[in-house]
Amino acid sequence: MSLLTVENLVASYGAVRVLHGIDFAVEEGQVAVVLGANGAGKTTTLRALSGMVSCKGSIRFDGTELIGRSTEDIVRRRVAHVPQGRGTISQFTVDENLQVGAYIRKDRDGVRDDMERMFRLFPRLQERRSQAAGSLSGGEQQMLAIARALMMSPKLVLFDEPSLGLAPLIVRDLFDTLRQINTELGVTMLIVEQNAQLALEIAQQAFVLETGEIVASGDPESVGKDDAVRRAYLGH
Amino acid sequence: MERFIQLVFDGIATGSIYSLVALAIVLIYRSTGLKNLAQGEMAMFSAFVAWQFHAWGLGIWLAAVLAIIASFIGGMALQRVIIRPVQDKSLLTVVIVTLGLFLAFNSLAGGIWGYIIKAFPPLFPSNVISMGAVRVPVANIGVFMVLVVLAGGLAMMFKFTKIGLAMRAVAYNMETSKLVGIRVNNVLMLGWGLACALGAAAGIFVAPKLFLDPFMMFGVLIYAIAAAAFGGLDSPFGAVLAGLIIGVVENLAGSYIGFIGSDLKILVPLFLIVVTLLFRPQGLLGHKYVVRV
Repeated sequence: MSLLTVENLVASYGAVRVLHGIDFAVEEGQVAVVLGANGAGKTTTLRALSGMVSCKGSIRFDGTELIGRSTEDIVRRRVAHVPQGRGTISQFTVDENLQVGAYIRKDRDGVRDDMERMFRLFPRLQERRSQAAGSLSGGEQQMLAIARALMMSPKLVLFDEPSLGLAPLIVRDLFDTLRQINTELGVTMLIVEQNAQLALEIAQQAFVLETGEIVASGDPESVGKDDAVRRAYLGH
Repeated sequence: MERFIQLVFDGIATGSIYSLVALAIVLIYRSTGLKNLAQGEMAMFSAFVAWQFHAWGLGIWLAAVLAIIASFIGGMALQRVIIRPVQDKSLLTVVIVTLGLFLAFNSLAGGIWGYIIKAFPPLFPSNVISMGAVRVPVANIGVFMVLVVLAGGLAMMFKFTKIGLAMRAVAYNMETSKLVGIRVNNVLMLGWGLACALGAAAGIFVAPKLFLDPFMMFGVLIYAIAAAAFGGLDSPFGAVLAGLIIGVVENLAGSYIGFIGSDLKILVPLFLIVVTLLFRPQGLLGHKYVVRV
């Protein structure tokens, strides 16, 4: 059984329907990527999974239905979300951001170990641990946002355009790190991206979203070869 | 010289009162990101509640503790019923709602207890300690101690406890707070409850000095807002320090600068607000945040 199964998901903002009944599933331990242009409904899909937009249909995660649950409840089932534009608390120090990331956990020793693990994964964060998150560079803030999400020891992490606004070299690093996190920690990931090429490289599953509907899905290679996808998202 | 020292001590005594109310304003700001203009009136109302418990025959300390507990519960209820429905609206809307609360508590107190000034029983012995020609009432020392304990407790809660971390997180960034699993609404409720309890303590310790009437916190609130702005809205110690400075400066200015006298004393905090906003907008001990994107 898949870790996450989405069926006939419909989401709207007021009268404007953004998702018109999408279906997809994410297998445990895998990286899935959702490609799509601006306005295709990528962010809305993630926000629906986190209970931040009202929606209909079915979202089954780890055996429970998520629709109708509050964001806080969904998070407590270990679904982490790294929203667009970082999702750190910019007035908090790096340390405090990591602590607040582990808010739902009760195992203090585990939290301390994980904090050390994050600093091994992102040495730059250790150098800046007592600095305010807002004073970090864009790339460092994204690292912090990822570390913050991992601090809750999530089963599934949702990433909303992690490469947005970062320099190309840093984007490459970022995807290497994501791959490393997936293989070393075994965390399942659902990544929404416009940077299709890099995202497809680290994914085992891919979906293409177009104006609120899934128009292609499958393994990254076949999705990447799809002519329509190449024209629209890969630029060749 | 003795006159100067006496003025400083008296200034600290009035300053302690400003600081207590400023502390409540800082608490709400830090835990909910909101400036509550009704803080002074709520404190006044709590003082009336304590007076009522005492009038029914309870000892004054017991009455005070009960009133503080009632204010804690009342504050949470207020957040749940009145603030929560508007908290996602614009800042202006919320400020207007707190202004409405200001009027509501003022009229409610007047309606229930009337506008005739009442004496509030003292919580501390009425002795006066003399050091040479300088005389310091024990009550002033008592209020000052209460202030130090509450400010210290508050600062420690924010800095070292999990709930303190959650309160700050919610005030800074509600969405991210939800995404780490903080039950935001519960935290906001708790913030209001604690602020109202703190406000109640302020009102109760002030009441023996100012006497009890629906307008007793009117002036204090202006000084308290000045103290919160001057000291840094997000810093408990800043608010306390600023409250004390305002109390002392106001007292000294009133006595030494001829044209100020006791009539224009109110200009002192207003002057301090303007100077603070001009030269150090984050306040004395407040934090200034720079955000890179």
